[in-house]
Amino acid sequence: MIDKMINLTIDGDPLQVPAGTTVLKAAEKLGINIPRLCYHPNLSIEGACRVCVTQVKGFNHFLTACSQEVWEGMEVQTNSPEIRQARRDIVELLLDNHPRDCQTCERDGNCELQKQAYRLGVRERIFNGERKRFPVEDSGQSVIRTPEKCILCGRCVRVCSEVQGVSNLSQHGRGFHTVVGPANLSNMDDSVCIQCGQCVAVCPTAAFLEKDHTERVWEALAMPRDVKHVVVQVAPAIRATIGEAFGLPMGTPVTGKLVTALRRMGFDEVFDTNYSADLTIIEEATEFLSRVQKGENLPLLTSCSPGWVNFLEKFYPEMIKHTSSCKSPMQMLSTLIKTYYAEKKGLDPKDVYVVGIMPCVAKKFEAGRPEQAMEDGMPYTDAVLTTRELAWMIKSYGIDFVNLPDGEFDRPLGISSGAADIFGATGGVMEAALRTAAVKLTGDELGPLVFEEVRGVTGLKETTLRINGMDINIAVSNGLTNAKHILEAVKHGDKQYHLIEIMACPGGCIMGGGQPYPPLDHDPLDPETARIRAKALYDIDAKKQLRRSHENPAIEHLYAEFLGEPNGEKAHKLLHTHYEARMPRGIR
Amino acid sequence: MSHAVANTDNWAEVKAACTEFLPEHIIAYIEQNAKTTHSESQLIAILHLVQGHFGYLGKDQMHAVAQLAQIPFAKVTGVATFYHYFRLQPRGKHIINVCLGTACYVKGADKLSTRLMDELGIQFGETTKDKMFSLESTRCLGTCGLAPVIMVDDQVYGPVSPAEASLILEKYLKKGKSQKAAEAAKV
Amino acid sequence: MEVDFGPLAKAGSIMGSGGMIVLSEEDCMVDISKFYLTFTQEESCGKCTPCREGTTRMLEILEKVTSGKGEMSDLDRLERLAKLCQQTSLCGLGRAAPNPILSSLKHFREEYVEHIVDKKCAAKKCVALIKYEISADTCIGCTVCAPNCPTECTTGTRKEVHVIDQDRCVKCGQCFEVCRFDAVERV
Repeated sequence: MIDKMINLTIDGDPLQVPAGTTVLKAAEKLGINIPRLCYHPNLSIEGACRVCVTQVKGFNHFLTACSQEVWEGMEVQTNSPEIRQARRDIVELLLDNHPRDCQTCERDGNCELQKQAYRLGVRERIFNGERKRFPVEDSGQSVIRTPEKCILCGRCVRVCSEVQGVSNLSQHGRGFHTVVGPANLSNMDDSVCIQCGQCVAVCPTAAFLEKDHTERVWEALAMPRDVKHVVVQVAPAIRATIGEAFGLPMGTPVTGKLVTALRRMGFDEVFDTNYSADLTIIEEATEFLSRVQKGENLPLLTSCSPGWVNFLEKFYPEMIKHTSSCKSPMQMLSTLIKTYYAEKKGLDPKDVYVVGIMPCVAKKFEAGRPEQAMEDGMPYTDAVLTTRELAWMIKSYGIDFVNLPDGEFDRPLGISSGAADIFGATGGVMEAALRTAAVKLTGDELGPLVFEEVRGVTGLKETTLRINGMDINIAVSNGLTNAKHILEAVKHGDKQYHLIEIMACPGGCIMGGGQPYPPLDHDPLDPETARIRAKALYDIDAKKQLRRSHENPAIEHLYAEFLGEPNGEKAHKLLHTHYEARMPRGIR
Repeated sequence: MSHAVANTDNWAEVKAACTEFLPEHIIAYIEQNAKTTHSESQLIAILHLVQGHFGYLGKDQMHAVAQLAQIPFAKVTGVATFYHYFRLQPRGKHIINVCLGTACYVKGADKLSTRLMDELGIQFGETTKDKMFSLESTRCLGTCGLAPVIMVDDQVYGPVSPAEASLILEKYLKKGKSQKAAEAAKV
Repeated sequence: MEVDFGPLAKAGSIMGSGGMIVLSEEDCMVDISKFYLTFTQEESCGKCTPCREGTTRMLEILEKVTSGKGEMSDLDRLERLAKLCQQTSLCGLGRAAPNPILSSLKHFREEYVEHIVDKKCAAKKCVALIKYEISADTCIGCTVCAPNCPTECTTGTRKEVHVIDQDRCVKCGQCFEVCRFDAVERV
């Protein structure tokens, strides 16, 4: 069916757009970017900030471009002295109820409010007055909330309910004293928050931020070498995104520069979480094949994403038996660093300080999970830096990142296959697992490498693969609302899946809550961003000699020298964990 | 190696714990509504019932409503804090509503309010320490001819001067004392 | 003026609930505007910027003007905010909230100017702009006012003219209310 076309004029220019198009979208066709704050293309329309007001012939009041659909003969004005003043005044009203601390704010330079204030010409403050006062809520382990910086755009509320299906955030109170937060404005850790950090990613200001770990890392790096041996590991997704923070084009892989930068900062060893991603595949594939053989607890659900694990425990505890008991790659590597590596180096694990560079906010929470700590309660991972935090530290250090020579990860915990690189994109863990599973099931060492069916940034993908005469039903989901659909289908027995990959963040780790804020002319959560970042990872994979996790010689060596058998007793003790139902229980 | 995993579903426990916090008629109401489409739109009605029963909305009660009606907890507390009508703290024995409608305002409701706040030592939305009175404001009770008016529980008084307001308070205090005395005599 | 939707809108008002309130020269239009703004500011749900922030800023300006600290530029800012709120608010509450300001600025602008330039409130409603004095001609020294004064600043002996210490007077109006000889004057 062809959409009915509507004729209208915008700023005098005639154009034709399909019925149902909003004024904002229609204007974009003419190359006009109407200023906006609460609007987000992937979320429902809020119409709250009123920054996108336009004048429409026949109306005394202004209409918001984000919410108003076009009609036949509509005459829109997007730029007039009246509109300019209205938009300017609206943004000033937001600024007047906002702390004047831009110079000391984490978002200085990439704040959307700051950008609109500049763009709309707020050059003086004429409506100053009382400002709302709320304490900073920073007692959580991953996400901190600064309500005074909130402009009540409601993006976090919408992303939390619409994209993540968590619905942990809501506006509380009313009017001038409205404040966004979890139920009863509690601590994030006491709420149903799954710590994914998507609220941080979509916030136009710094009302939501990750818990700062930079200070403790600076301190560790400043300690004498014989007191603290500081080891860093880098998650797969970082190499595809951190370049953006230094002005490199989106999707520029910067693995080598990243390694050099970390070494310059003073880390004693620079290891690669890719190594343990390969290890995860061995452990998880073994677990999977054993379940397939026994025909029990299928489907197997992946457990790499700590946001998803939090969601599992709070929203779907009955699915725990289906979830892989594998620790996440970060936790596996940290464990190996404080056991295997420390042993080899003759170091006391207490003197080893492990820092994870993660695209993820929930990893901070995961690092502190008591059931994943050493026997004396010491965590395996001592600090988790988001991509943003590391980028800031590199800048703060004064390292000229863009012009750095390439470095190589330290051995042996720095060797990895291409299957590990793609962990950072939705479908990547599945593809990596399938590469290994196909070989194990068929015995054919030259099994398929590329599984197009599970690639792409779509929220929900499912397919049936025929491997060695067996139909394997698989599903890949990202964004937890999509996970809900799959989990409900599993519960109701609608379809018999064998293996399901679940990533909390929409697009996978490359769109994690800790990734660099996009440039100000891009929307956060833009699927196009996800596509470009994912491509960088697939390109790295394609160029590698090693493409399958089980071909990684360092992993083979690890089993021979230290772990024994995959899923064996030692592997289980060190690399696996358990989950439990947690309160408060989420509403699904 | 595979661990036998026990039943990890905690719904039965959560449900049982929540059921403890609400009276039967409210649970029945929630269950009945669960079958309708858009059952979440009954949230305000449910909260009315809870406040009607307990006099206010306690945190445990709101959490129970969230779980039993399957409405996100944040939404429940968001709605509860949005409306002036909903109370999150226990209220006094008597509720004093001062009308702040236009007619009452013009006739001196502000002075009346100040007097009541001074006498009771509380602001609007608060309850006296002895739990006797809660002071609230309201917008027009529809008895503008009697302006300025106050409403104590379901009884409307008007026109009320600041001095008369004190007398009305005294009346309720005396009534409370004599009731207490009568109860003490019974014992 | 015809009482119908159209003419009322033209005059800057709305039909509302259909009620009509008659005010006289004893009512201060700036104070009435402030009263209405207090209501809409409190009732603003907080969703859209112009209503949530705008009503608060307008109320602050009106408080400034009624407390005698207003400047002429405040009127321009008030009008600018009022128009913004009217033109860009999401719902009817925000769009109608500035009506009292815009219509009173249109029909009673001189009252605003009087508050700002002369620091006077002709209707004697704005507490900061009035003071209570006891007329030496009328006061018979009956002593009723003195004990009613909450700050004990109204003093005098029997059959002597009483005086109010302006530095300590909180302008509560108690003496004015209780004087049976109209000796207390609001000026």
